Amino acid sequence: MSRLTEAEAVDQAASRKYKYGFKTNIEYEEFPRGLNEDIIREISKRKNEPEWMLEFRIKAFHHWLTMEEPDWPNVHYKKPDYDQIIYYSTPKEKPKKQSLDEVDPEILATYEKLGIPLHEQKMLQNVAVDAVFDSVSVATTFKKKLAEAGVIFCSISEAIQDHPELVKKYMGSVIPTNDNFFAALNSAVFSDGSFCFVPKGVKCPMELSTYFRINNQDSGQFERTLIIAEEGAQVSYLEGCTAPMFDTNQLHAAVVELVALDDADIKYSTVQNWYPGDENGVGGIYNFVTKRGICKGNNAKISWTQVETGSAITWKYPSVILKGDNSVGEFYSVALTNDYQQADTGTKMIHLGKNTRSTIISKGISAGRSQNSYRGLVKIGKKADGARNYSVCDSMLIGSECGAHTFPFIESSNNTASVEHEATTSKIGEDQIFYLQQRGLDEEEAISLIINGFCKEVFKELPMEFAVEATKLLSIKLEGSVG
Amino acid sequence: MLKIINLHAKVEGEKTEILKGINLEINQGEVHAIMGPNGSGKSTLAKVIAGHPAYEVTDGQILFNGEDILEMDPDERARMGMFLAFQYPVEVPGVSNSMLIRQAVNAVKKARGEEELDPLEFEDFIAEKLKLVEMDEKFLDRSVNAGFSGGEKKRNEILQLAAMNPKLSLLDETDSGLDIDALRIVSEGINSLRSEENAFLLVTHYQRILNYIKPDKVHVLMQGRIVRSGDSSLALELEDQGYDWLVTETHVNGEA
Ligand SMILES: Nc1ncnc2c1ncn2[C@@H]1O[C@H](COP(=O)(O)OP(=O)(O)OP(=O)(O)O)[C@@H](O)[C@H]1O
Ligand SMILES: [Mg+2]
Repeated sequence: MSRLTEAEAVDQAASRKYKYGFKTNIEYEEFPRGLNEDIIREISKRKNEPEWMLEFRIKAFHHWLTMEEPDWPNVHYKKPDYDQIIYYSTPKEKPKKQSLDEVDPEILATYEKLGIPLHEQKMLQNVAVDAVFDSVSVATTFKKKLAEAGVIFCSISEAIQDHPELVKKYMGSVIPTNDNFFAALNSAVFSDGSFCFVPKGVKCPMELSTYFRINNQDSGQFERTLIIAEEGAQVSYLEGCTAPMFDTNQLHAAVVELVALDDADIKYSTVQNWYPGDENGVGGIYNFVTKRGICKGNNAKISWTQVETGSAITWKYPSVILKGDNSVGEFYSVALTNDYQQADTGTKMIHLGKNTRSTIISKGISAGRSQNSYRGLVKIGKKADGARNYSVCDSMLIGSECGAHTFPFIESSNNTASVEHEATTSKIGEDQIFYLQQRGLDEEEAISLIINGFCKEVFKELPMEFAVEATKLLSIKLEGSVG
Repeated sequence: MLKIINLHAKVEGEKTEILKGINLEINQGEVHAIMGPNGSGKSTLAKVIAGHPAYEVTDGQILFNGEDILEMDPDERARMGMFLAFQYPVEVPGVSNSMLIRQAVNAVKKARGEEELDPLEFEDFIAEKLKLVEMDEKFLDRSVNAGFSGGEKKRNEILQLAAMNPKLSLLDETDSGLDIDALRIVSEGINSLRSEENAFLLVTHYQRILNYIKPDKVHVLMQGRIVRSGDSSLALELEDQGYDWLVTETHVNGEA
């Protein structure tokens, strides 16, 4: 066998496991490495931001300088060198396009490869997409149709220009700039992200979706998402993420804020498939994300559904502050780790209003030598009469070298509240696999069926297309890990 | 169809043999019954034939349609037309019964190079099979065996058997736990599946099921060996006298 074909074979084998691992060759405009006030001023200037936005960033930066990278999560890694990161990277040419025809064809081709055709005519019906390539939003589709319904869906950069009053009012209102190390960093340097505003009484006519793609080896990705649903508004939002394979680690530190007013309903779904590193634990994305929503009004509802399969390290706790009376918070999660991946993920449900309800369904699957932790906090405030929480944390182990851990915390200051917590740990049983094999399914099919059964309560919360994708993703990720 | 020659098997990693030289031949169109006391190795035999990874075959051969199957995975054997109805059917939470059965049926169809059933075709297909075992269609939407009563689990095994239409069916105590009506229904179901092309091996403790499904041969398994084979009248004798007389007659206890 010649050298070349050998390399190709290896390549093919590797990409079967992580099929999104290609890199797009386009030219970048980059800032020098490292972070200081000048860099932040330059980002803000480049984006032609108003003064208040710059102040927000500078304030966050000064907070960040005083903060320490957290080490309480149950993960171990070499901390990033923040002086080596490129904090702003944009595909060369002017970033924002009036129409898709102006977008670099290489970028469009990348999204096609990912299975996300941006050309509207080819798109899945009823899904509007905002695509964020490295730091910059490259295309938002279906804008016109959404505008007719009164829905604003655009990049956060555009929102800062076109709807400054909304951004100013809500950005940082759920996750303050000094909330935590990574949120502060994001607040200082965020480059783009998605913005969505659904006005009073409007049911968003289609699913909204953002696809994040990290393409550049040395740039961090710091996107910022802000979703506001006014009184009685409804919106369902999907987020997908992929990255090429590099043998170094890339930092992804996003912030997502959700605001639901009276009777509003926000559903946020994520399928996270950042590059996890190779089977020896080299490379992969550090996924350090702060996501939080507030049910500001009465009877509001926020629901997080996440399928976390990628990243070398995941540190993320999509949370809900249940401020309005009778408001509802939900967290449905599947976190799968394999090889040397580490995940510390869960949620916080903060009950402040009366008769607030929360549900937590967490399914952790660990294979290889990975470590998978659920960390959750259910907090019941003094005034939260009749608050109720129900939590289920199930872990499944595949093989004997991985770990599953649960850290459920409950703090209740109201004795009319009820908090229920159930946890199970199971191993995929030889007898289960044998039973299914006896019915003609091969071992991989058997495992995939068992895993999908295990995750069913979460998958049924996902929109159809995402559920199908998630199911396939888990099978691919577990290929060859049992036996 | 099935030929077992001097089969020895033990639990993987353990020393003591459970099966100590089994010889058995089942031809097309035949029904055989295996009886024997608790712990004698009946389920082990069935599982070893089906390829359960917990057991190691230390000697002997198993030929299925003339092919040595000992190196084959359980799913390959299943796709060749071997079916095991479990003594203790396994629960698979979150996986609907219909989903499993459709995948199972299609796995076999695919192996045979036949067209797979789409969900709609499957609905019609399985409706027929449900009738055969008089099962309510609500069982299709429930998770595989999860929360099923003992009898429901057994009936579900026969539903799967009917759907997969295997060449060789190994039924491990399918009759245990079935009420009188269910036993009749399941037995009639099995009888209607019998043909000149397939064969059945019934593991049972009771003569009752053999009144419905008349065996061509009855074997008695004790301490890992077949100590006696005969026609269906042997089952009646056992029902009458138990196993003790066989012990003294064959001196199996002498070496145990
Ligand atoms: N996986 C296993 N690990 C340990 N011992 C086993 C295992 N499988 C079978 N045995 C032992 O082998 C012997 C035979 O078991 P088997 O289940 O085959 O009996 P059986 O004839 O089916 O009994 P019953 O009529 O009670 O179903 C028993 O002593 C049992 O404890
Ligand atoms: Mg048994």
